[in-house]
Amino acid sequence: MSKRLFAVLSVLMVAGMILTACGPKAATFECTDAIGCVDIAPDEPIHIAYMLTISGATAFLGEDSSGAIEIAIDDRGGKLLGHDILLTGEDSGCSAEGGQTAATKVAADPTIVGVIGTNCSSAATAALDTISAAGLVMLSPSNTAPALTIEGQTWKPGYYRICHTDLFQGAVAAEFAYNELGARTAATIHDGSPYADQLQQVFAKRFIELGGKVTFQGAVNVGDTDMRTILTTVASDSPDVLYFPIFEPEGDFIVAQSSEIAGLENTTLMGADGLLADSFPENAGPNVVGMYLSGPYVTGAAYDEFLAKWDAKFGGVPPSGFHAFAYDGTNILLDAIEKVAVVDEDGTVHIGRQALRDSISALGSYTGLTGKLDCTDKDFGELGTSHGDCATGGALGVFQITEAELNGAWPPAAVYTPGE
Amino acid sequence: MLKRYIERFSWVDFLLKLFQVLALAAIVIGIFNTLSVARYSSDQWVTLIFAGLAQGSIYALIALGYTLVYGILLMINFAHGDVYMAGAFTSVFLADSFALSGFLASHPVLAILILLLVAVTVSMVLNVIVERVAYRPLRGAPRLVPLITAIGASFTIEYTFRGLYGAEFHAYPTVPALSGIINIAGYEIPRVQIVVLVAAVVLMLGLYFFVERTKIGKAMRAVSEDKEVARLMGINVDKVIMITFAVGGALAGAAGVFNGLFRPQGVFFFMGFIPGIKAFTAAVLGGIGNVPGAMVGGLFLGVFEAVGPNLILEGLGIPAVNQLRDAFAFTLLVIILIFRPQGIFGERLAEKKA
Repeated sequence: MSKRLFAVLSVLMVAGMILTACGPKAATFECTDAIGCVDIAPDEPIHIAYMLTISGATAFLGEDSSGAIEIAIDDRGGKLLGHDILLTGEDSGCSAEGGQTAATKVAADPTIVGVIGTNCSSAATAALDTISAAGLVMLSPSNTAPALTIEGQTWKPGYYRICHTDLFQGAVAAEFAYNELGARTAATIHDGSPYADQLQQVFAKRFIELGGKVTFQGAVNVGDTDMRTILTTVASDSPDVLYFPIFEPEGDFIVAQSSEIAGLENTTLMGADGLLADSFPENAGPNVVGMYLSGPYVTGAAYDEFLAKWDAKFGGVPPSGFHAFAYDGTNILLDAIEKVAVVDEDGTVHIGRQALRDSISALGSYTGLTGKLDCTDKDFGELGTSHGDCATGGALGVFQITEAELNGAWPPAAVYTPGE
Repeated sequence: MLKRYIERFSWVDFLLKLFQVLALAAIVIGIFNTLSVARYSSDQWVTLIFAGLAQGSIYALIALGYTLVYGILLMINFAHGDVYMAGAFTSVFLADSFALSGFLASHPVLAILILLLVAVTVSMVLNVIVERVAYRPLRGAPRLVPLITAIGASFTIEYTFRGLYGAEFHAYPTVPALSGIINIAGYEIPRVQIVVLVAAVVLMLGLYFFVERTKIGKAMRAVSEDKEVARLMGINVDKVIMITFAVGGALAGAAGVFNGLFRPQGVFFFMGFIPGIKAFTAAVLGGIGNVPGAMVGGLFLGVFEAVGPNLILEGLGIPAVNQLRDAFAFTLLVIILIFRPQGIFGERLAEKKA
């Protein structure tokens, strides 16, 4: 480097220092947070992101959640602490690869404060490491695999879930099948995903505890179209209930082909929230009439108000059952940001990342659309300690699909809620 | 005699023979165990076999497209599964509107013929375009080059249709005239499976006569024997190749509609991938480049896939048999190719083209 250039640069640098020092500097904020802070200049927005499944077969889940996030932001007039709220989205799909890709993209953007996502447990499992290491918080509206919040299993700091886990859902489904339907034998089919596998295990465990018999626990591959082989195996025991907590289109194929197999005439079909989509009855065809689905069930005046907002903004009803959790999750995140933020006189906002985590983890009693939420650590007995599992087991129900849903009505009516 | 045998002894041959014997033994033991437990009734086996035949006839129709193109150009048209998707995906919208207006219920034959016409046209035109754009400019290039462009063409078609029709799943409506059951020798078979099977076989026979008895068929066979000599004999080779792609595409389009009748759910932009791979397997199984081979290979694969996991794997005490179905189908392919490397019907021109 020539001497002259060096001299010029030095002068510039000194000038820069002087200018900075002379600037308005009423209160100096010094970040003392263990894992860093996000600093937001007066004219910059507060940036949150979503990682949802917005393409492919499970796009209805992402649509359901992202709509609710937008409504939660609208409710605040799109502003927080005087800053605009910027919402950006990544498609995490319903797969480990999708979750990893989305997490990498989100983690690379230092302006992002928190994430709402993911929809599928498989995506969350893959995304957690990256999201947690980046110091982010992630609140999921629909991850139901129990391992995600259990210490020593998949859990990583910064992860919270708003919806119920499969521990609740599988048990409710089993109790409904045993007590209400009077079923004594059951078979289950999963698709190898963490969601479906754990859910059917919980179902089977609870069903056996109640005194029932599980005749068959099998699996299909995601992408299989011919279910006659596995249905024939199921039919050889003629169980009272067939529980298949999987997604479309594999669930559609099971329902549609079930009527062709001899031995399944007296078997009641039962799915879970993965099939709780407005497109499911039409795609699966006339055999859906009379079958049951377990899933989230939210009622109340506040919820009706939410539905009215949805209808005004998007028209119609939400396509799946997790929107209320997404709405509550967004509010918890925005409330927590508001609480921990340090605001300078000029409007600059500083958010401590660890402080944000601590604030959500300390949330012992929050009343949202989905009832009481408690995000503190809990003792799950033999399973271990759970962190950030906000749901308290309410907001669940079993629905029955009728002719009306086949003809386009949605959502189906709840026929059972736990504790009835 | 013994000395000569020992001199010619090779470990590789010995292991292959041993593998053959073991594979056969495993199959026999599996079948025997399953049947002796008698977990499934004969009704259930017949259900599986007919579902397998209907599925197999769809594989066979797609496999014909692979085999025709291979016979003439010695290349694998990996975009063929997506050509099948194109036809099926386009007609699903028409089928839904037919069902909504009641036309499907009142004139089922006419409605299905229109659906077939639409699907066949779309797939045929698409396959010809793919040939024109992606393969013809590369004629004479090393054989690996069109293979790579085929994969490119496959992705292009998939994501074009995703852009056109969206990423959601669609389902064909059920045709009232085809629902119901036919009683054959005391066994109840869904009517739609019989119809699909018969229609597919009629199409296959039609193709066989087209190739063997017509002038264009003769030209196709001549081009497949030797392109240069065929050109010297006054055959327009490019035109014959175009017709071959058109015929293959048409069969794939028909397969798309048959698939929609037989198994209405799961119509989306990626639906051609797995059937494409399976049909390719069927074509290899039957002997690639051989028309009757593709038909038999498709039916064989369909039935084996439907029956195999329960019949053979379960008898061997293997858990989670249904997740192993694809693995089983491809293991079968390996075993058959060890016995007959040229496929069931063999490739007639193997020695020249290998």
